[in-house]
Amino acid sequence: MKLDLDRCTGCKLCQLVCSVVNFGENNPKKAGIRVVSRLFTDARYDVVVCDQCGVCIDACPVGAISMEDDVVRIDPDMCTNCGVCVETCPNGALFSHPDVDYPIKCVACGECARLCPRGVLDALADVRKVAS
Amino acid sequence: MREMHGYAGTILRVNLSTGTVSREPLAEDLVSDYIGGRGFGAHFVYREVPPGADPLGPGNKLVVAAGPFSGVFLPSGAKTNFSAKSPATGLYGDSNIGGHLAGELKYAGYDAIIVEGRAPVPSYLFIEDDKVEVRPCEKLWGMGAIKTEKALKDELGDEFQIATIGPAGENGVVFASVNHDIGRQAGRCGMGAVMGSKNLKAIAVRGTKSVPVADMAGLRKVADEMFSALAANPALKVWQDQGLAQVTTWSNSIGALPTRNFRQNFYENAEALSGERMRSDIHVRDKACFACPMATGKYCRARYRGETVFLEGPEYETTALIGSNCALGSIEEVAYANYMCDELGLDTISGGSAVAFTMECFERGIITKEDTGGIEARFGSLDAFVEIVKLIAARKGIGEPLSRGVRAAAAAWGGGSEDFAIQVKGLEWSGYESRGAPSMMLAYMTCDIGAHHNRAWSITHDIAVGRNVIDGKAAKVIELQHVRPLFDCLGVCRLQWVELGLPLEYYARLYPAVTGRQDTWDDLLVKSERIWNLVRAFGVRERADFGRADDQPPRRFYTEPVPDGPLARSRITREDLDRLLDEYYDLRGWDRNGRPTAKTLERLGLGDVAAELLAMGRIS
Repeated sequence: MKLDLDRCTGCKLCQLVCSVVNFGENNPKKAGIRVVSRLFTDARYDVVVCDQCGVCIDACPVGAISMEDDVVRIDPDMCTNCGVCVETCPNGALFSHPDVDYPIKCVACGECARLCPRGVLDALADVRKVAS
Repeated sequence: MREMHGYAGTILRVNLSTGTVSREPLAEDLVSDYIGGRGFGAHFVYREVPPGADPLGPGNKLVVAAGPFSGVFLPSGAKTNFSAKSPATGLYGDSNIGGHLAGELKYAGYDAIIVEGRAPVPSYLFIEDDKVEVRPCEKLWGMGAIKTEKALKDELGDEFQIATIGPAGENGVVFASVNHDIGRQAGRCGMGAVMGSKNLKAIAVRGTKSVPVADMAGLRKVADEMFSALAANPALKVWQDQGLAQVTTWSNSIGALPTRNFRQNFYENAEALSGERMRSDIHVRDKACFACPMATGKYCRARYRGETVFLEGPEYETTALIGSNCALGSIEEVAYANYMCDELGLDTISGGSAVAFTMECFERGIITKEDTGGIEARFGSLDAFVEIVKLIAARKGIGEPLSRGVRAAAAAWGGGSEDFAIQVKGLEWSGYESRGAPSMMLAYMTCDIGAHHNRAWSITHDIAVGRNVIDGKAAKVIELQHVRPLFDCLGVCRLQWVELGLPLEYYARLYPAVTGRQDTWDDLLVKSERIWNLVRAFGVRERADFGRADDQPPRRFYTEPVPDGPLARSRITREDLDRLLDEYYDLRGWDRNGRPTAKTLERLGLGDVAAELLAMGRIS
């Protein structure tokens, strides 16, 4: 999966809309995507988001993570919030939040890709296409 | 406690003298009367800063406030407002900042921070949700504003949003800025000096909470329409490419670009400072405020004497006041000068104006190389610019009078220099020379914080209805003075409306969806008028002689015709200015000395303010 990071402006609309669509809240920390500023060191932004690689599926000690239609999903009912998947994820793309008792990750809903003003996240929209 | 939609619901009060941190529930009448942001600032500064308080003393208060739209799902709810009694004007002052701070403050659980007193040692305010600490930071004192932000991000992490001051703020320069997100500034009115006077080097915030809204489905519908309208706008791309730097060429073409300390309004070398040159010569990366499709921030690189620096900018105001107004030769020179101001923590508008004023005084022989310590302070010299701003930030040599603003420097240097000290109320004039734009001139004269363009940017109205027309222009200025500051109350950027034509109707629809309140846009405009009058009342209460004399432009603008450019020979007369002011005061319900009448204050729900000022014999 290739994100067009050269076009990212760091606006974080992706984080905001993720929380709105998936939690019904205005809260960019409650999101399955992160924009990280590397302006001071590399004069650019990074976007951290799940590429549905599935490494976490085998890592989960209680079998709460599975692949459905090419999208890695965490079952909140089975998840014990042990944090192993968060530690294991090669992309650092699973996020803990104090008010949510399971890690938050991208579910490929595509809303961030739809709204991104620069088309940085078009690759995420493709995942959704595969998923649906 | 009832959840207050659109708000975090809590005011954080920090007394730096005692180290006390307290939390106050957001009062219903504060929200219904003053909305947020600038409105909260005006309320607390009027109610809590006693008349006669030293702006740089512990009795002044700094109010940092987001608005109900801040951090909410809509385009660019990114504005944080800083209010205090201004050391530049001695009146109420405020300035706002984009970036990512406003939402973060609300996610941490606070709509506003009221900072009181003075810390015993250099400190910064640490806020992470419910954890609030005043932390000593002697190591950061003296450090540049951007370097300070980097140091704190390295220590705390990228998710902290940080506002800092530079050496100018520490040293009490009256136009010291508050800096955030590398290159965003609350530059006006010396809010950075107020922070410095409190020994407050920085405010660092991170929050994980949600901002509740009344009608999420309704909000999503309006916001989606707004984002779609912006995406479909063919003008969006030039804003994404050049940001506000594109304004320079236009401003020059209409005879509004401040040039050589506002003697001219046309710069023969403007092409070298254009948005196109910014993009082609120094641009590195586009950089946006929170949830903003425009991304007018331009991360740039500048080289000077073997040093390479990175900065955000320059945008239009900086290019106007540092570039053409000091007659610099290239956008890269402007960028380096911008970088110096950012690190020192100086407002580029007032800073550019102070240097241009110095250059004119030098070229006229009012000050000499003996005064400047050897600096050849001539227009066009970046070397001189750099040396002068260093002296200003350190308040040494000529930098000492300049650090108190051009009005004070003119008083110190004399020689008729007050005629071309380009300021109103002690605040330096921003980027629109207005001899050929009467409504814009009136907007600067009557702007509540001093000569700033943002309250009523009416120059397009002058162009639309006639550059020489006087009649009717006061009404337009008043209309804009109510509409535009509403954005600063709501905590949202206004560029999407001003520059990309997003209809105000969208914002009127957002308000009930976010807050659950049924106020119409007209109702909100009444609140904005209330705030405008409260700010005016602050000045009336502060000084027995406050009034019409405080609303005057420098003599240059009504005694010297424009020398060249598209508006060559045009001028505005003293009589024109008086007609504009008379009409303005009459329409506002103020007396001809520019003081609100008791009746006007009472109409706006400010009966207690009217009673206070009546008892003082200040109004009738």
